[in-house]
Amino acid sequence: MSPAEIVVAPNDGSYLIDGYELVCGLEVHVELATATKLFSASANRFGDEPNTHIDPVTLGLPGALPVLNRHAVELAMRIGLALNCTVQPSTFHRKNYFYPDMPKAYQISQYDQPINVDGWLELPGGKRIGVERAHLEEDTGKSTHVGGTGGRIHGSDHSLIDFNRAGVPLVEIVGRPDIASPDEAKQYVTELRQILVAVGASDAKMEEGSMRCDANVSVRKPGAPLGTRCEIKNVNSVRSLGRAIEYEARRQIALIEAGESIRQETRHWDETDGRTHTLRTKEDADDYRYFLEPDLVPLDPGTEWIEAVRAALPMLPRERRLRLSRATGAPADGEAVMVVVERGQDDYVLAVAESGADVARALVHVKEAYAEQGARPSVPAADLARMIVMETSGKLTSTQAKTVLAELVANGGGDAEVIAAAKGFEAMDVSALEAIVDDAIAAQPDAWAKYCAGEEKAMGALVGAIMKASKGKADGKAVTALLQSKRG
Amino acid sequence: MSATPSTAFEIAAAVRAGSVRAIDVLEAHLGRIAARETDIHAFNLVTADEARAAATRIDDLVAAGRDPGPLAGVPIALKDNMCTRGVPTTCSSRILEGWKPPYDATVVSRLAAMGAVSVGKTNLDEFAMGSSTENSAFGVTLNPRDTSRVAGGSSGGSAAAVAAAFAPVSLGSDTGGSIRQPAALCGVVGVKPTYGTVSRYGLVAFASSLDQIGPFSADVRDSALILESISGHDPLDSTSIPQGPLDLVSVLDHDVKGMRIGRITDMPEGADPDVLGRLEAAFDALRAAGATIVDVELPSLKYGLTAYYLIAPAEASSNLARYDGVRYGRRVDAVDTNSMYMATRAAGFGDEVKRRIMLGTYALSAGYYDAYYGKALKVRRLISDDFARAYATADVLLTPTSPIPAFKVGEKADDPLSMYLCDIYTIPTNLAGHPAMSVPFGESRDGLPIGVQVMASTLGEQPMFKVASALERHMNSSGGRS
Amino acid sequence: MPDTPSERISAAAVAKVARLARLDVSDDEINRMTGQLAGMLEHFADIDSLDLSDVAPMTQPYPLTNVFREDVVAPSLDRDEVLANAPAAEDGRFRVPPIIGLDG
Repeated sequence: MSPAEIVVAPNDGSYLIDGYELVCGLEVHVELATATKLFSASANRFGDEPNTHIDPVTLGLPGALPVLNRHAVELAMRIGLALNCTVQPSTFHRKNYFYPDMPKAYQISQYDQPINVDGWLELPGGKRIGVERAHLEEDTGKSTHVGGTGGRIHGSDHSLIDFNRAGVPLVEIVGRPDIASPDEAKQYVTELRQILVAVGASDAKMEEGSMRCDANVSVRKPGAPLGTRCEIKNVNSVRSLGRAIEYEARRQIALIEAGESIRQETRHWDETDGRTHTLRTKEDADDYRYFLEPDLVPLDPGTEWIEAVRAALPMLPRERRLRLSRATGAPADGEAVMVVVERGQDDYVLAVAESGADVARALVHVKEAYAEQGARPSVPAADLARMIVMETSGKLTSTQAKTVLAELVANGGGDAEVIAAAKGFEAMDVSALEAIVDDAIAAQPDAWAKYCAGEEKAMGALVGAIMKASKGKADGKAVTALLQSKRG
Repeated sequence: MSATPSTAFEIAAAVRAGSVRAIDVLEAHLGRIAARETDIHAFNLVTADEARAAATRIDDLVAAGRDPGPLAGVPIALKDNMCTRGVPTTCSSRILEGWKPPYDATVVSRLAAMGAVSVGKTNLDEFAMGSSTENSAFGVTLNPRDTSRVAGGSSGGSAAAVAAAFAPVSLGSDTGGSIRQPAALCGVVGVKPTYGTVSRYGLVAFASSLDQIGPFSADVRDSALILESISGHDPLDSTSIPQGPLDLVSVLDHDVKGMRIGRITDMPEGADPDVLGRLEAAFDALRAAGATIVDVELPSLKYGLTAYYLIAPAEASSNLARYDGVRYGRRVDAVDTNSMYMATRAAGFGDEVKRRIMLGTYALSAGYYDAYYGKALKVRRLISDDFARAYATADVLLTPTSPIPAFKVGEKADDPLSMYLCDIYTIPTNLAGHPAMSVPFGESRDGLPIGVQVMASTLGEQPMFKVASALERHMNSSGGRS
Repeated sequence: MPDTPSERISAAAVAKVARLARLDVSDDEINRMTGQLAGMLEHFADIDSLDLSDVAPMTQPYPLTNVFREDVVAPSLDRDEVLANAPAAEDGRFRVPPIIGLDG
């Protein structure tokens, strides 16, 4: 397949490959951050010894009966409300199918009456992606394939099943096919992830599988009816999601261009070869024989509970970005604001500003000093504020400010003035700097002449001498400005 | 030492009072089991050693001046579809052969906590699907009243155990008549309580929206006692009604004067004349005791069989999907998992179970759901509505329990439909979720027991037991001759 | 809805249902089951003529809503006791033959 030309129209953001539109909807499964499983009391914990969080319900033992976890319902409602859904009375169905990691041979899931319906998620740039529903269901166990190559099913000698994950509560968030580019898909998942973490519903780690994303992808000529879609599974990172969607779109376009038709099927993303592969076709349509789960009763949270959950929702990422943007003047979908809010450091930035520092400088410093995702800033806001005040009043150069901040972070706080003094950082008086500059010009007349003749490189020698003479206290920018003004 | 008491009520009273030892009560019953069990085959497993240990613990408590509970020393037999920790629970199916549950059913732990002593696990139609206990993978249970005949089913083992005095009381499960019909055929009392009254946790599911556990006993009072003991809310069963235990023993002596006894004028036909004769005698007895007989119509009742044989197999097809050879029970090895499933299930399930799995799978499958399962759920509503109208004018309804007395072993083995018709009078209460019980009320010309079914509305156990008790008093006073 | 028993369900439909239910059945059994199932469906045709358009399906005998448990951990079952009941186990897990052929 030859690389196709990608045209991104500047205004509406529409995305075309070889004249085809991409139509993509995402189905995201998230594991809820409960203590126990959806229908039983064994622990919901990742990474422990196999089959150590099992009970009669989890194992589908004869006679076991499910009882719904109240907290899982509450977390599902938080997700629904954060995604602007309507929370409604709901029921549970059995989805019948055989698979060794599905203990009862049916999954309890919400079918025609899900708890959350008709919402949307707003991308940082303002586009809304519809959310059809966000419903509760139980997770499966985990199969490990032994023998054969690379842990794959095909060619394996046998498989081993661990049921620790079986029965873990999931919310499946079914997005509408409003996504028009791989980048929008990545934004959607990134934004969703932040929302899920913000409301405390899930740790939403794609790498650990607590957030799993399937993509329904089809292509069409603009204005044409929807094309046949394929479902892409096994996408384990945001980056892979973009790659998988783009690969799949190109694959479909190549087929259409070659006069072939697209088969509706489920395809598996292979990270190593960067392709999608047929997992199963939908020719022999699945017959899940859904029926109302007779072991459970209907769920009707009622207005009071719903409104209590709504009222307790924290400020969501989008709103937090707007707040930070308004405070700093930086764009809401710009890198600094996006990054700081994603890390959850926006409250800290605002606290630093409250302590008297310039908020824009605070944003830049926090973004750079705390690179680790979600890192709790260790420096008391007042300490950082004092450092920033020194910087903005000219007592520290920007380079010195960084050095002092690094020291503050390493020590978990401290007095910026004491650190600056210990480092020998003193505010360089403008007249003192000018004297050093004049001395340097006098000492190197050749260099000065070349610089004045327009040979910018010649400035290097002068600056080097000035910095040396000032023992590094001179601000590089101030020195350059002085030299330029003297050149005239 | 006094003579061994025979009813659960008397046993518990005597053991608690210290006048009889639990171990002696138990040995008397084990002795009868040893003498007759090979002819009856009521049990899949007799847990004599565990029972002796439990009885000894009861006696130790009494000796120490402590109360072992309201069922102190009462031997009880459990249908082999109730989970008993560490004790094989088979549902009379090859597919569960050898399985030892790692947990106790709620009813099992409640009975143990009240001092009852389990003597073993009783035979049933495989997964409770049948009306004769001939569908057991481990052999048929015979009727203690006539061992050429079936004990009924599916709880045939539990009914026979009480009829043969292997235990004063037993537990069965009733999905479409599986307690009441064998009770009628064996000449004992059998009760299906209101759906949600007794926890289903640990009862191996047949049809979840219909299954309910209930007692068998020789007299009405013992059934009242056991039902009081096992009823009440269980947080492990989402369909358990949030209320305390039923209060039943206290109403047994109340008379039925002024009660309205419903006679169903459009009752499904086909009952044996002897059975209909005993039903008439029951109406007469209640009228004589001061009750009023009122006519009620239930035009949808005749569709009960159809609704039941679509709903129950549909639920069963899903409930029995878990027997896949992965986590417990039998496995037939094969080259891949799917072949293993197919082979395991083909070898592990008997014909009747397969038939119902097939029927239920079909009724739920794409393209047929609306025509079969969906429609059956609507018929279920019609029947429930009919009952609601009937109970506006009647306190209880009376019907035969079974259209025929105990039939010969093998007589209906080749005709599934005629077997299904055995439950024609019992099925509707399961669909409605109502209580119903069978009370022995005389015999056929051939000397076979005949039961009368007393049905009541949701949580109508008290009026139901009052009427059952009145019928029993009538039989006792007339010396069994109406 | 077909009228005669034999038309109520075909052998092919029965074979498909057997596959869905994961029951390995021989051709003879398929034929026998087809006859039996057709006979039952014929008997159950008594509800075909009912007008049920205004009737709500009844799924639960006793109406309850909002039954919950609190999110409190209880001890796990003992793994050894559970695996002792398994047909095959390895490394603390349940062992099964290769997982193929499960679709359709």
